[in-house]
Amino acid sequence: MDKLQLLIAVSMALFALGLLGVIVRRNVLIMLMCMELMLNGVNLSLVAFAQQTASTAGAVLVFLIFVVATAEIAIAIPIVLLLARQKRAMDLDAYADLKG
Amino acid sequence: MPHALALIVLLPLAGFLLNGLAGNRAGNRFVSVVGCGLPIAAFGVAIKCFLDLAAGGNAPLVETAYTWAPIGDRAFEIAFYFDRLTAVMTLIVTGVGSLIHIYSTGYMKEDKSYARYFAYLNLFLFFMLMLVLGRSLLVLFVGWEGVGLASYLLIGFWFEDPDKARAGKKAFITNRIGDAGFLLGMFVLYQAFGTLNMDTINGAFMSGPAPAVSASLVGILLFIGATGKSAQIPLHVWLPDAMAGPTPVSALIHAATMVTAGVYLVARLSGIYLHAPEASAIVAAIGVLTAFFAATIAVVQTDIKKVLAYSTISQLGFMFVALGVGAYGVAIFHLYTHAFFKACLFLAAGSVIHAMGGEQDVRKMGGLARKIPITFVTFAVATAAIAGIPPLSGFFSKDEILWFAFASTRGGSPLLYAIAAGTALMTAFYMFRLLWLTFFGAPRMSAETAHHIHESPPSMTGVLIVLAALSAVGGFLSIPHYLEPLLPMPVAAPELEHLETPLVFVSVALAVVGLLGAAFLYGGSAARAERLRQKFPVLHRLLSGKYFVDEAYDALIARPLFWISDRVFLRLGDRKILDGTLNGMAALGQRTAGVLGKVQNGSLHWYALLVVVGIIASLALGWHHV
Repeated sequence: MDKLQLLIAVSMALFALGLLGVIVRRNVLIMLMCMELMLNGVNLSLVAFAQQTASTAGAVLVFLIFVVATAEIAIAIPIVLLLARQKRAMDLDAYADLKG
Repeated sequence: MPHALALIVLLPLAGFLLNGLAGNRAGNRFVSVVGCGLPIAAFGVAIKCFLDLAAGGNAPLVETAYTWAPIGDRAFEIAFYFDRLTAVMTLIVTGVGSLIHIYSTGYMKEDKSYARYFAYLNLFLFFMLMLVLGRSLLVLFVGWEGVGLASYLLIGFWFEDPDKARAGKKAFITNRIGDAGFLLGMFVLYQAFGTLNMDTINGAFMSGPAPAVSASLVGILLFIGATGKSAQIPLHVWLPDAMAGPTPVSALIHAATMVTAGVYLVARLSGIYLHAPEASAIVAAIGVLTAFFAATIAVVQTDIKKVLAYSTISQLGFMFVALGVGAYGVAIFHLYTHAFFKACLFLAAGSVIHAMGGEQDVRKMGGLARKIPITFVTFAVATAAIAGIPPLSGFFSKDEILWFAFASTRGGSPLLYAIAAGTALMTAFYMFRLLWLTFFGAPRMSAETAHHIHESPPSMTGVLIVLAALSAVGGFLSIPHYLEPLLPMPVAAPELEHLETPLVFVSVALAVVGLLGAAFLYGGSAARAERLRQKFPVLHRLLSGKYFVDEAYDALIARPLFWISDRVFLRLGDRKILDGTLNGMAALGQRTAGVLGKVQNGSLHWYALLVVVGIIASLALGWHHV
């Protein structure tokens, strides 16, 4: 197994772990962390492919994803905090009445 | 004066607008002045145009008011055309119209919708003048529909009474049937000639090669329109019901002017009918049948206005007989004399009704001659005129119609003459019967009513006197002779020429026999007429039921139509198919949403799982298609 395959396998494993965490965990903060994990899995595969093909586009895309992830978390965390203050709970099911 | 013809038409329109918009606020005096003044002014302008026409060597005056729709190299113009025929019609319409407006100021004095009444009446005059003065069939048709509208509004003038509103509706709808024929006739003409100008169409038929259109087809289609407007069989049913309107309206619209529009139309397009012997034969046959059957109905009616209404239908039938045998000028002559004596009769009847406090049943009248002498004398003169007593006007016109029905080489026949003569006899009979029942004999009204009987105000009696005078001497003006350059007389069969003088005596004899018959039956005690009635109970029921035409139309046409409308169109078509489809689609959407809505349960895990399932499914699909 060469280095690229190994890196892709790790990336997939990270992504799968993150996805699993989003689906099965009930704590909102943990779910957000799992989302970051998924993003990092994708980042890892991008970096690996970029190195393989020696193109800079992949690296640029990684920085773009960092920016998006930062922005996302900057909005998500305050929402979660407000919700937690309102409901006195971090359990996602406590927020089920938010549905339209 | 430029635009004189347009002025004739527009003066009554101005009256309509003034009275309609400002009449209620401006008060009755303003309404009377505007409502009567403008028609009189139109009459004045019409006289001036008549003199211009004579001064200009009788060359028709033509005036294009407005080019309405230029389409390609053709154009629809609103143009007015004034020749001898138009002159006669315009003078009748504005003259008799003005008189009836003046009469109305007395008759409608107490009505709370005084301004509305005069607005409608002026509107009617506007459309009627448009009909008469229009150069093209299109302008005529606008007037034709317009007078129908005015007639509808005035029949249902007292619309609080559902019966009266219904009578207006009936008139309007019955006329629609005729109008369909009229429109088809116009389409055929336009396709053949590319113009609707009636003088051009007449000219095309009269000279040059045979036009590429069947004159009989056009003639019959236009005659269908005429049967609607002029209340001929089978579309005559609306006119008796139209008596629901105020009596001056019956006089103006449903006797003197509007109902004669069909006669005018046929006379105006005589070029077509001269080349359409089949259509002319139909015109004569329908005319004589209408005249005969309407007269038989009039014999037994007891409502004073209904008798006059059937008499109007019958007289219109006479005019169509004249048209059918090619004596167009004579038809217009009878139209002209009829306008005077029938307007006089209706207005006198209005005066009687006014005196009786609204009573219209002749069985409750009698002995009025002494109490309302002016009304009586004018009514008697007009009765003698319509019955054909010489030398009153009706005698001349009716005698000429009878002569041409007998001798014209364009379809005159002894049979036609016999039926027409029988009708003339009945006319004399039922008119004198009406006179006797109303004005002679013992009073049959209640003491209360008898106490209140009074002669009408001068505004009404004055008009009655003028009209009675006109119906007495109007016959000396030879309209057929005046119109001869335009509407030549048919040739009488030479072998019958020697019968002309004897037939005049027959006409007089018919009128006198009718008079004596009525005097015999109704002059003495009522027992004679009663005995006659009991001898023929079936016939009497048939006649007083008006041949049950209304009932037949109801059973054969109206009811099946209602049934189809209700069962097929409303219950099946509208409710089941249209509403059902829409409701079904809405229900489908609602039910689908109900099922799909369960997916959205508020659990983020569930959503995330669905997203993953979606991603995997699309990946699998993509994989499959790579």
